[in-house]
Amino acid sequence: MIEIKDLHKSYKMGSNSLHVLKGINFKAEEGELVAIMGSSGSGKSTLLNILGMLDVADEGEYILDGVPIKDLNETKAANYRNKFLGFIFQSFNLINYKNALENVALPLYYQRMPRKARQEKALKYLELVGLKDWAHHLPSELSGGQKQRVAIARAMAAEPKVVLADELTGALDSVTSYEVMDLVQKINDQGNTILVVTHEDDIAHMCKRIIHLKDGVIEKDEKVKQVRASEYV
Amino acid sequence: MFNRDRWKEILEVLTTNWFRTVLTAFGVFWGILILIILLAAGKGLENGIKSDFGDIATNTMFMWTRSTTKAYEGLPQGRSFEFKIEDVRTIEENVPNLRYISPRNRLGGFRGGNNVTRGTKVGAYNVYGDYPEIINQDPMTITAGRFINHNDINDKRKVAIIGNGVRNDLYEKDEEVLGSYIKIQGVNFTVVGTYKKNSNDGDGEEGQKQIFIPFTAFSQAFNTGGNVDWMAITANDGYSITSLKEGIIKLMKEKHKVHPDDTRAIGFFDIYERYNRVESLFGAMSFIAYFVGILVLVSGIIGVSNIMLIVVKERTKEIGIRRALGEAPWSIKMQILMESIFLTIISGMAGIIFGALFIYGVNALLDANGPVDMFLNPSVSLGVVTAALIILMLSGLLAGFIPAQSAIKVKPIDALRTE
Repeated sequence: MIEIKDLHKSYKMGSNSLHVLKGINFKAEEGELVAIMGSSGSGKSTLLNILGMLDVADEGEYILDGVPIKDLNETKAANYRNKFLGFIFQSFNLINYKNALENVALPLYYQRMPRKARQEKALKYLELVGLKDWAHHLPSELSGGQKQRVAIARAMAAEPKVVLADELTGALDSVTSYEVMDLVQKINDQGNTILVVTHEDDIAHMCKRIIHLKDGVIEKDEKVKQVRASEYV
Repeated sequence: MFNRDRWKEILEVLTTNWFRTVLTAFGVFWGILILIILLAAGKGLENGIKSDFGDIATNTMFMWTRSTTKAYEGLPQGRSFEFKIEDVRTIEENVPNLRYISPRNRLGGFRGGNNVTRGTKVGAYNVYGDYPEIINQDPMTITAGRFINHNDINDKRKVAIIGNGVRNDLYEKDEEVLGSYIKIQGVNFTVVGTYKKNSNDGDGEEGQKQIFIPFTAFSQAFNTGGNVDWMAITANDGYSITSLKEGIIKLMKEKHKVHPDDTRAIGFFDIYERYNRVESLFGAMSFIAYFVGILVLVSGIIGVSNIMLIVVKERTKEIGIRRALGEAPWSIKMQILMESIFLTIISGMAGIIFGALFIYGVNALLDANGPVDMFLNPSVSLGVVTAALIILMLSGLLAGFIPAQSAIKVKPIDALRTE
């Protein structure tokens, strides 16, 4: 599903440049739940941004579901993001003057889906994350865990090929974190490919595979036995 | 563009901060209001002054004789001479592109004694000997009967058309006027028509107190022979009397043996020249109105642009999220532009409506208190309003352009990092 070959990325900081990614190679198959771990500065967020087409690599290949991702302009990138990717952020990033339903329907709006179909579908995904009754609440009226679940519903609504999650439990307490991870696992069980960037060990072990990044290279890539979050809830 | 979600969003964004939106809108509102009021005031002044010209055909000159100031061909200086009825023919044959040449004679006049009697009633009026064409040069509305016609001229009929002012003086209110007789300097004339003139200047009253009789009947009755007091000459449309008058005057000087350099022997009054001078004055005035109005409007638009920049700045993160979710840059640009145009047009419309109400109020006041000198019916035309709307649309576009550009300049990844 995702294939990365010899990916390099460096940032220019004045006169010296900072080499962040120094040749990353990895593959993720459909239905995988991969955790990308590493201490801060290891390059995990940069990798995720490149995977999310929010940033461009200096060198290397990136193939998503057989489509080589290159020569992106902003319009094309926006189009690919909309079609291929779902995002879950640490700070939820819901639009605060739109209610839960409208937030979930947003990616569908960019696909120009008719209003009615859009709302039906958004409601379906809100139901999936257990927030159907909260559809018409504004983000400010929701708890952190609820907000993240709305964000997950939004990431899923466009039926993306890959869901990218950046520290999705970073702003949540551990109980809520496990609830959210439980939801992520359930979505993964349905065959969705999910990449999770985290620095928390317990969260990483709820995935099926852990990639350890250190100083811009993959230090270790291991399959792990998945810990079901439902055990903790 | 006609997308429910987009409009919903525009309204949501603009209503989040009511006070700020209203303050911003006020700038544009004020600008367009001032533009409209300035233009209307200019128009009011223009209407007022132009109405002083009355309905007189503006492409017209009047020409009369004075005494010569130079000796010429053995004739002395200080000689007085008169236009003759044959001169009309001469001008007609030699000067092309003239529409009407009306010779005129007059009896009575300023502070003249009583010259018209009817039974026991007497009055002092201007009595004109005229040709039928004069009604096109000095328009009047025939309220009863008819005006002079060519049969009157040919048969030298002693008929008269009297003004409503004359009628009120000489007749009882319900008396039949047509067919009755009035005596002008002892000669009886049959009244065949009455007229009314539209004019609101100081001469308005006097304009209603005139009597028109056929030129030929005038000549015969009052022994003026072939003399002509003065002529009213109107040029064809597309030719200005100002450019033709030199030729006419030169011709008359030759005919009456006046020295070619004698500029005082023939007097004239060129309405067209006067009118043009007034026209160009109003051209300049409306230019100033536009100039000032648009400058005020520009400051309002800069206000809108400024606020849009702040809005974009505030929404950097939101824009980042939307782009991460796959909204195309043009769509974001469109959103900002539409917000800006919407704000400008709404406030501009409010300005136009308020301006229209203001003008309406002024008009009502003018109507209630009677006419004011040199000010009449201030108004703006539909064309001006349309122009104002187009200006608003363009300025909204302009005001939104820089903010929209800056909205998509930030990379989504940087936008997402903003807290």
